[in-house]
Amino acid sequence: MDKQQCSSLGKAARAVPQQGSGEGSVRLAGSIVEFDRVGLRYGTGAEVLRDLDFRLGEGGFYFLTGPSGAGKTSLLKLLYLAQRPTRGRMSLFGDELAHAPREALPGYRRRIGVVFQDFRLIRHLSAFDNVALPLRIAGRAEADVEGPVREMLAWVGLADRASARPPTLSGGEQQRVAIARAVIARPELVIADEPTGNVDAAMAQRILHLLTAMNRLGTTVIVATHDLGLIAATPGAQLIRLENGVLVDPTGALRHPPGGHRS
Amino acid sequence: MKMFFVPEADRRLIPASGVRGPVPLLIAIMTFVMVVVAAAGLALANTASVVKAGVEDRYSIQIVDGSGKAAAAIAAARSAPGIARVEQVPPEDLRRTLERWLGPAGAEADLPLPVIIDVDLAPGAKAGTVARRIEQAVPGARFVAHRTSLAPLLDALNGLTMLAFGLVLLIGLASAAAVVLAARGALDTHRSTIEVMHGIGATDEQVATLFLRQIGIDALLGGISGAVVAGLILAAILGGASFATSLAGAPPIGWGDAAMLALMPLAVALLATLVARGALLRALRDRL
Repeated sequence: MDKQQCSSLGKAARAVPQQGSGEGSVRLAGSIVEFDRVGLRYGTGAEVLRDLDFRLGEGGFYFLTGPSGAGKTSLLKLLYLAQRPTRGRMSLFGDELAHAPREALPGYRRRIGVVFQDFRLIRHLSAFDNVALPLRIAGRAEADVEGPVREMLAWVGLADRASARPPTLSGGEQQRVAIARAVIARPELVIADEPTGNVDAAMAQRILHLLTAMNRLGTTVIVATHDLGLIAATPGAQLIRLENGVLVDPTGALRHPPGGHRS
Repeated sequence: MKMFFVPEADRRLIPASGVRGPVPLLIAIMTFVMVVVAAAGLALANTASVVKAGVEDRYSIQIVDGSGKAAAAIAAARSAPGIARVEQVPPEDLRRTLERWLGPAGAEADLPLPVIIDVDLAPGAKAGTVARRIEQAVPGARFVAHRTSLAPLLDALNGLTMLAFGLVLLIGLASAAAVVLAARGALDTHRSTIEVMHGIGATDEQVATLFLRQIGIDALLGGISGAVVAGLILAAILGGASFATSLAGAPPIGWGDAAMLALMPLAVALLATLVARGALLRALRDRL
């Protein structure tokens, strides 16, 4: 493989407009996510999310909890831009995205790293190629891909499994590849859906350490989990609790976070 | 062309098996038929053109009732300006023609024959002037342009030519439709990969490029295969029996035509790629 070669994904990547200060956007000082009376329904069914009204500060660490069917996955889909709200305003990185043109979304998605509960690895690609994908899509030259990917695979303990394909990896190994892929491009927002669900306690600790380390470097982290131990092991993290599609925020802390004022 | 130079790492995203299958064979067959039909159309067009050029300045003087008037008509024609050749068709030739149509009765000596005199005009000569002079010399004589007589044949040749090119267009559209179906099928096959790529921030253009390379290569390989087979068959037909050459007095397919036919696989590949690109981008737009 030619190390100097820039992938075709990369060449096309340069055509993606820079995001972050769209005309007419409302910037919130310190807010990376703002939901304003957001509702979501699938098709003609009942609303699965209702009147979500909250702000998440830049650099915060958040746990999303709630019983099964509360709407956590739907909220995550909104956050990683796989779904648009059916009503309300939703802004990410200071830009209103509920009605943003479709062509604008890839630029925002590149600023988000997602760990899916079902991993969503590409089965026919090696662990190395799966982890390298965000860098290649973002247009990183091939010479600048190998080092960071090898480093990341080593960090998640999969240095010797770089050429293995997902079907030959255990659930825990796949999860670690998914985490490596989510954070390799140093996103501003990391969203993880049950990231420790398939790993042992030691690896769970390691993953949490990675997420908190990224958080210390300024990355906003949102983790959906049922693991109370994980929440307890993360002092300073805030809870977002959903029940029946509604945000449970009795103190109003999520609606009015400290320092989250409109500029 | 840049789509053909997709790096190995990106090519691994979409394994070839997802796009291949019957598409190259289908395009090979379509291109084979297109080249053969286009060659037939070009041969017909060339033949029509040669026939038309051959009769462009050729006329006949027809005198229904009289061998006695032939000399006067010939003299009048020769005296007109812009005459290249005047020659009476021998009565024996007319009788032989009639015998073919009417049987032995056509050869009987007492069957009255018209007088037919072939007249070739020089380029730029005015047929009207010649016609008036002949009419004055031999009232009732008809001065007939050969192209008028051959108009039904030329119309038929032109019609067949248009039909051939229309068929080429239809086959091209059918090929395009097949490519659209193949492209959509490929998208469905790789739906999960595309969802992951979109989720990570890939644009539709980035996703489409991965498929277009494979579709372009398949179309080019299929097109070249079909065109080569068609070319061999056409060369055998045209080289073995130069029927059209003897009919029209010129090769039915010239070098320019052959070059045009040789470019058809490229045109097919280009058409397939453009159509596939449009289909892919439209299909991708339906997703968030």
